[in-house]
Amino acid sequence: MSELTSAAGEAAGAASGNRPPAPAGVPAGRAAALTAQGLRKHFGSLQVARDISFHLPVGARFALIGPNGAGKTTLINLLTGMLRPESGRIFLGRDDVTSVEPAVRVKRGLVRTFQINALFPDLAPLEAVALAVCERKGSAGAFWRPLPAYRDELEEAYALLQSVHLAEDCLRPTRELAYGQQRLLEMALALATRPRVLLLDEPAAGVPRDESSALFAAIAALPDDITVLFIEHDMSLVFRFASRIIVMVAGGILMEGSPAEIAGDAQVRELYLGKGGHV
Amino acid sequence: MRELTGAAAAAGPALAALDRRARWRPAELVFWAAALSPFVLFPAYLQLASQIAIAALFALSLDLILGYAGVVSLGHAAFFGIGAYCAGLLSKYAWGEPVSGLLVSALLAGLAGYAVSFVIAGFRHLALIMITLGLGLLLQEAANSASWLTGGADGLQGIDIRPVLGLFKFDLYGRTAYGYALAVLFLLFLLARRVIQSPFGLSLRGIRENAVRMPAIGAPTRRRIRKIFTMAAAMAGAAGALLAQTTSTVSLEALSFQRSADVLVILILGGAGRLYGGIVGALIYMVARDRFSGLNPQYWYFWIGLLLVLVVVLLPNGILGGLRRLSAWRLRPAS
Repeated sequence: MSELTSAAGEAAGAASGNRPPAPAGVPAGRAAALTAQGLRKHFGSLQVARDISFHLPVGARFALIGPNGAGKTTLINLLTGMLRPESGRIFLGRDDVTSVEPAVRVKRGLVRTFQINALFPDLAPLEAVALAVCERKGSAGAFWRPLPAYRDELEEAYALLQSVHLAEDCLRPTRELAYGQQRLLEMALALATRPRVLLLDEPAAGVPRDESSALFAAIAALPDDITVLFIEHDMSLVFRFASRIIVMVAGGILMEGSPAEIAGDAQVRELYLGKGGHV
Repeated sequence: MRELTGAAAAAGPALAALDRRARWRPAELVFWAAALSPFVLFPAYLQLASQIAIAALFALSLDLILGYAGVVSLGHAAFFGIGAYCAGLLSKYAWGEPVSGLLVSALLAGLAGYAVSFVIAGFRHLALIMITLGLGLLLQEAANSASWLTGGADGLQGIDIRPVLGLFKFDLYGRTAYGYALAVLFLLFLLARRVIQSPFGLSLRGIRENAVRMPAIGAPTRRRIRKIFTMAAAMAGAAGALLAQTTSTVSLEALSFQRSADVLVILILGGAGRLYGGIVGALIYMVARDRFSGLNPQYWYFWIGLLLVLVVVLLPNGILGGLRRLSAWRLRPAS
C-alpha cells in the first residue's frame, strides 16, 4: 500500500514539476488521494456548496449520500472541474488541481461517471472504449494509421468490455444497447482512463436490484490503488460497499463517518434515513 | 495481465470485423470507375464534370468539420475564396505552374483556417454559425475593397495556367480540367478517408456525438477541433484553387455567402458524415442546377429549395443515408 501511495505521489509530483507538502488538514500517516478544502459555490441565491472539506485516503471506498438537491452531483462537478468553485482548493494527491482543465485532471487520474448516461450514441462500445484508451496513451491525435492498426489499444478495450460483460455487443451502436448495458459502458469508459480516483455518480441508477448489486461488487473489487467515491441512494448498497460515508444536506457536509456511525446517528436518521424511502 | 492475454484471442473476431469496416467496398471501386465515364460517355459535359468535382471537394472539406466533428460553418467559402484568389494571383504575378500553385493555395487557406480555428474552437451551434458567417462576410468585403489586388467586382483577370505536369494543356472542352480536378479530388479523398479512419477521426466522431463527455475521457476537444478545422480549410483552399486554375478567372462569388450556403446544401443533400455524401450531393446539385436553369434561368433555386426540403424531411441522413437504409431493409430476411 505504502509503495503504491508513494508511486502515486511521485507521478503526481512529476506531472506538476514540484513536490509541494501535503495539503493542510490531512491527518498524517494516511496519504490522501483527493482532498477538498473549503469549496464554495452558489447558483444565484442558492448555496450549492457550503465550505466543503474532506479527504479521501488512497484506496478508500467512500459513499456520498444525501437527499435530492443536497448538492452531491454539484460536488462531483466541482471536483472534476466541470464547475469552478468560488473559493476553496482541490488536491489530487499532493497537487493543487483547482484551476486545471477537466481533460487534464482525467489524464492525471481524476475520473468520473455520469448519473444520466453520457455516452456516444453512434459509436460502438469497442470504438468508444478504444478511444478512451487512445486518449490515455496519447495516440488519439494521430491521423495517419487506421484504428485497426492500433491492436494493443483495441485489445485492451475489448478486455475491458469483456470484464463488464459487453464483449458480445461491442460492435453495435451504443444507442441500441439496453439501459443497464449502457451503465456498464459508462464504467468501462471510466476504467479505460486508468483512474487513480474514481467518482461514480449513481452508477446503478435505473439498473434492476440484482444487477446493481453485481455492479457494486465489481466496484468493490477494483484494485485497491484506485480510490472510489460513489453517490448512491440505495442504503443497503451503501452499507454493504462503503468503508466510510459522507452525508450532505443543502450544499454542506452534515457528517462523515463509518457506516456504523452514520447508521447510529440520530440526526442523520431524522434528516435522511428517517424519511423512510430507502431503508 | 493474465486476463488481457486471454482476451486478446477472444478479441480476434471483433477486431477483424472492425478491420473489415475500414476496407474498400466494391461499390466504392465502381463509384470511382464511374467517375471516369464522362471522358467517354459525356465528352460534351466535361466542363460541368470538373465543376462537380470541385464542388465535391469543397463539400468533402465541409464534411470533415460538420459531418465528423459536428462543427457547423456558414462561412466555409472564406477558405475556398482564399485558395481561389491565391492560385489566381500566383499565376498572374508569379508563376503559372498549377500543381505547386494548388499546394501553395491550400497551404495559405490552411494557415487562415488555423488562425480562425482559435476563435471557433470554443463555440458550438448558433454561435458558431454566426461567427463563421461573420468571418465569411468580412473576408468578402475585404476582397471587394482591395480591388487593386483582387479586381474587386470585376473579378481577377489575366490568369494564365501552364499545362498540368508540363504535359496536359488546358483545353476548351474541359478534358484536362476534369482530369486534373478528378485527380486532386481522388487524392484528397484518400487523405480524408485515412484521417477519418484513424484514432483522430474517431475522436472527432466522439466530439460530434457528445462533446461534453469528451473531456471526461481526457480528450483535448479544442485542440482536435483546431486540427480538423485547419485540414478542412486547406482542402477548401485546394478546391478554390482548382476553380481558379480550371476557369482562369476568380470572382467575388468564390467568397460569397451564397457559396457557403450552397456547399452546406450539397452536403446535407448527399448526407453528412459519410465521406461520399459531399460527392453525391455535388453530382445531384450541379446536374439539377444545369437542368433546372436550362428550363428557367430565373427560378431554378425554387427546385433546389424543393429538393432540399424533401430530402431533409424524408431522408434525414441525406440521400446516401436513405440508400443505406434501403439496402439494409432489402437485405433483412423476410419475417
